[in-house]
Amino acid sequence: MTTSTTTPAGSAIAPRRRRADDVAGLGTARAGIFVAPALILIGIFLLFPAVWTIWLGMTDYRLTGLQAASPEFVGLDNYAEALTDPSFWNSLWLTLIFVLFSGIIGQTLIGFGLAWAVRNIHGWVKGLIEGLVLAAWVIPASVASFLWLALLDRRSGTVNGLLGTEGTAWLIDHPMESIIIFNIWVGTAFSMQLFSSALSAVPPSQIESAKMVGASGWQQLRDVIVPNIKGHILTNTLLITLWTFNTFTPYLVTAGGPNGKTEILSVYIYETAIPGGQLGLGAAISLIMLLINLVIALGYVRVSKGRKKR
Amino acid sequence: MTAIPQKVAANATVRHFLARVAFAIVMTIVGLLFALPMVWLVLAPFDATPSLSLSWPDWTLDNFARLAENPYALRSIGNSLLLGIGTMVIVVVLGALAAYAMSRIRIPGRDGILYGLLLLSSIVTGTAAMVPTYQIITQLGLINSYVGVLLVLAGGILPTVIFILKDFMDSIPKSYEESARLYGAGPFRILRDVVAPIARPGLAFISIWTIVQVWGNFLVPFILLRSPDLQPAAVLMYTFYTESGQADLRLISTFALLFSAPVLIIYFIVNRRYGFRFHGGIKS
Repeated sequence: MTTSTTTPAGSAIAPRRRRADDVAGLGTARAGIFVAPALILIGIFLLFPAVWTIWLGMTDYRLTGLQAASPEFVGLDNYAEALTDPSFWNSLWLTLIFVLFSGIIGQTLIGFGLAWAVRNIHGWVKGLIEGLVLAAWVIPASVASFLWLALLDRRSGTVNGLLGTEGTAWLIDHPMESIIIFNIWVGTAFSMQLFSSALSAVPPSQIESAKMVGASGWQQLRDVIVPNIKGHILTNTLLITLWTFNTFTPYLVTAGGPNGKTEILSVYIYETAIPGGQLGLGAAISLIMLLINLVIALGYVRVSKGRKKR
Repeated sequence: MTAIPQKVAANATVRHFLARVAFAIVMTIVGLLFALPMVWLVLAPFDATPSLSLSWPDWTLDNFARLAENPYALRSIGNSLLLGIGTMVIVVVLGALAAYAMSRIRIPGRDGILYGLLLLSSIVTGTAAMVPTYQIITQLGLINSYVGVLLVLAGGILPTVIFILKDFMDSIPKSYEESARLYGAGPFRILRDVVAPIARPGLAFISIWTIVQVWGNFLVPFILLRSPDLQPAAVLMYTFYTESGQADLRLISTFALLFSAPVLIIYFIVNRRYGFRFHGGIKS
């Protein structure tokens, strides 16, 4: 939108400068027309929802009934309701555990471990491992969730067969652990790929000199590898945190149950707003989620800016 | 190494060996964890009597024939294709126009705007914006229609698309456009006949990436579509096995493979050709 408002005032005065800037002869006005449709779409479906959430969160908007036709302004009531509701705090706590174990610890550590394991091998083993992990990431979430439902099935699931734990209902007895493992399975590929490329960029000479002075594998990792890829670790952690925090796919495995034991924030918003019909309250919680996203994203910006400067 | 006393060296070697064995065992377990569900996905559809546990199939192709007779399953794959291609067309056309203009015209703070948009798209995710999106689409009267789903998907994907395409457009030498202009070509013609062919790898990458994104997207069609006959495979697959306790495994396993195979094939072809070139929020 910015483009269409800047008029080509200098066109007559500085024709040479304009030519150098605009070889295609596009002209500012036409450039505005080119940019506008995309920006309008982004404005309506990305920018506006963010702003609209603030307003919606302060109304008693509901899916049905009187408040559906004419929602009333209730100020900060929704926030007060959310912040005093134990189920909101429970959901936030579950989200924290979920992000910590499936994202930050699980995906990052296992992704790094896999990248480390395959860095020096070539041929079909490397191809197979990377291919399997990548396939888990590419497969549609609906399919991935069904694969895990089958694997963890109480009566004939393969996990029970392998572990000799016949009759264990993993999704009911250990629901949080189940969605954590599921999310590690789905998302580890990103960390693996990122660390693979980071590891290949570590100067071999530094590793050689560390070996020369007799550093053990662990010491090499701590003193040579980690300092070299510190920026990648930070970037990876922030992105994984953001994505894990926002994922909705665990819903496909447990639907938030049993008894809300896996009701992470995304599922909680869905349950409150759409089946529960409390759009206003849902919007208030959405805004809290947006703000947390903002904080994580700003952290990411700071890290990536710092890395560029180096 | 010879300077180190023998005993210490031997100890270090043993420890080193044990650490390597432990690491190998852990990684094998992790590898198995990744392999198990995949083996089921590949084998079960070809089994005459698939069960939820892994087993060597009693090979048959009957399940695919049965799937072909199921109108809902096939229609949902068609719906996924329609949503994927529809979003792709919107995103590629609008994204290319915007990226081109942004690449060729100097706007003050342009990079800031682009970066801001990208940031915005990672903050306002489908999950966080679920309520306002649902409400806007309802107000526009677009609930239970593809137009609504397409617009929401395109709006979310466009910032990344513009960001990546601008990179491609920036790398096109301006001298090509200058000479095209000398022959009297207008901006639209230049874009179509000069810029688009050169930016083809970028456009192809974006197209494929968009289709893969939309193909697997569950949440947006799940909250915006109501009728079963409109639902894409991602949503239909979910309803397949929650409706009744009895799951038709012959149908589900075959459907799962048919639904996954296109993105898997596309993805591995692209990955082989272009390698790992993920920018920021490439998958949400």
